[in-house]
Amino acid sequence: MTEIKLPVSADEIRKLKAGDEVSITGVMITARDAAHKYLIETDGPEVKEILKDSMIYHCGPVVRKDGDRYSFVAAGPTTSIREEPYEADVIDRYGVRGVIGKGGMGAKTLEACDKHGSVYLSAVGGIATTLARSVVEVLDVHKLEEFGVPEAMWVIRVENFPAVVTMDSHGKSIHDDIAKLSRENYERLIGK
Amino acid sequence: MGHEKLTEHFLELIRRASTVLPPDVEEAIRKGIENEGDGAGAASTLKLLLENSRQAKEGVTPICQDTGSLLFFVDIGQDVRQKDVEAAARAAAAEATKRYYLRPNAVDSVTGKNSGDNTGLGMPCFHFDQMDDDGLRVRLLLKGGGSENVGAQYKLPDGKLKAGRDLDGVRKCVLDAVFNAQGKGCAPGVIGVCVGGDRGSGFACSKEQFLRDLGDTSPDPALADLEKQLFTELNQLGIGPSGFGGKTTVLGVKIGKRHRVPACFFVSVSYVCWAYRKAAMTIKGGEVSYD
Repeated sequence: MTEIKLPVSADEIRKLKAGDEVSITGVMITARDAAHKYLIETDGPEVKEILKDSMIYHCGPVVRKDGDRYSFVAAGPTTSIREEPYEADVIDRYGVRGVIGKGGMGAKTLEACDKHGSVYLSAVGGIATTLARSVVEVLDVHKLEEFGVPEAMWVIRVENFPAVVTMDSHGKSIHDDIAKLSRENYERLIGK
Repeated sequence: MGHEKLTEHFLELIRRASTVLPPDVEEAIRKGIENEGDGAGAASTLKLLLENSRQAKEGVTPICQDTGSLLFFVDIGQDVRQKDVEAAARAAAAEATKRYYLRPNAVDSVTGKNSGDNTGLGMPCFHFDQMDDDGLRVRLLLKGGGSENVGAQYKLPDGKLKAGRDLDGVRKCVLDAVFNAQGKGCAPGVIGVCVGGDRGSGFACSKEQFLRDLGDTSPDPALADLEKQLFTELNQLGIGPSGFGGKTTVLGVKIGKRHRVPACFFVSVSYVCWAYRKAAMTIKGGEVSYD
């Protein structure tokens, strides 16, 4: 298990290899569909400083509000591939060092990881209550009114957030490996 | 039964569906752990699913943050009005959102505005069947968006898959859909299939398969055989829990059928993630029971 403290440098990130289990501590931001579109269409003034050398979590949480304070109740990853059209540009423009989600991403993102010193990390899909326990503090939220709870950009502090590097900054993707392996099985089973 | 009381029962139904993993699903995940063998990475991932579900039940929090679409399948008695049931379910969905059993999940498709309380046009979704008796039988599915996105509909014959208008063609469609889903639908999933129907009724029937118990088999012997064969074959794909590889790609395969018009032969494949959230209640003579 490798400990990652955010913010993190590109050099540190390049040490990671696909398959490494990591435990992440520090400040990151949730961003999914509406947020990615926004980050590409604007220069993300509210979040650009935090995103630099930090990570994006593809997550639409269930959030409790007590007075002025928010806390995460359930917060597993959402499917990352929807952000494939945007992610490489987001990594480049904002200096994001890691993207956490589920299901993996495509060739464009893999290339951006290599080029800019970034990684894609998988959290286990569906374990929302467990992962919410790693989110120790909600520091801020942007675009809550406009985007709604799941799509807002939540600035969170995580402690020992568990994930696995599944796309590294050296061109290796475990998702591609599994897709290749399962394709062989699939072709045998359908008799191609 | 008064509106308030009925709303209360619906609220309890939603709480159970969102926070308690059904016993048949837990059992299927345990079998997956056994098959993977202790020490395998896939077994560790499956154990995390059970640990999460234990924590969700204990803390009364959602198993998964994507509490999905609320699909109510209602058998409605002679003494109950459909409008009262719909009103109670909608009020319960709004209250369940306030209590964090549900994420606000209803988004206006034109403005992008989230209604904030899980109600909107076509949300929640209802299917009604009339009963001869009095009372109510309600079955609820919470179907997450990630798994909904990997559903697929095929039209046979399919030249690319070399799939003809027979059950072997159906088999190829299901293999194709699950292969394409990879880990994106939160594997290991449960696969609901409908052979026939039209584009609408086919998908509806594929989702109705999720009301079945994971341990049952189709009453149609040919479909029962295909369910068994596909369960084995899909688990040979090697996609595994979370798409990280392994022998547990699906927890079950359920196949139904509908008559079709001669020109059409649809195969509709729905996917539900391992966080297969379902709950049911029966109301009769003012008494409610949950299962």
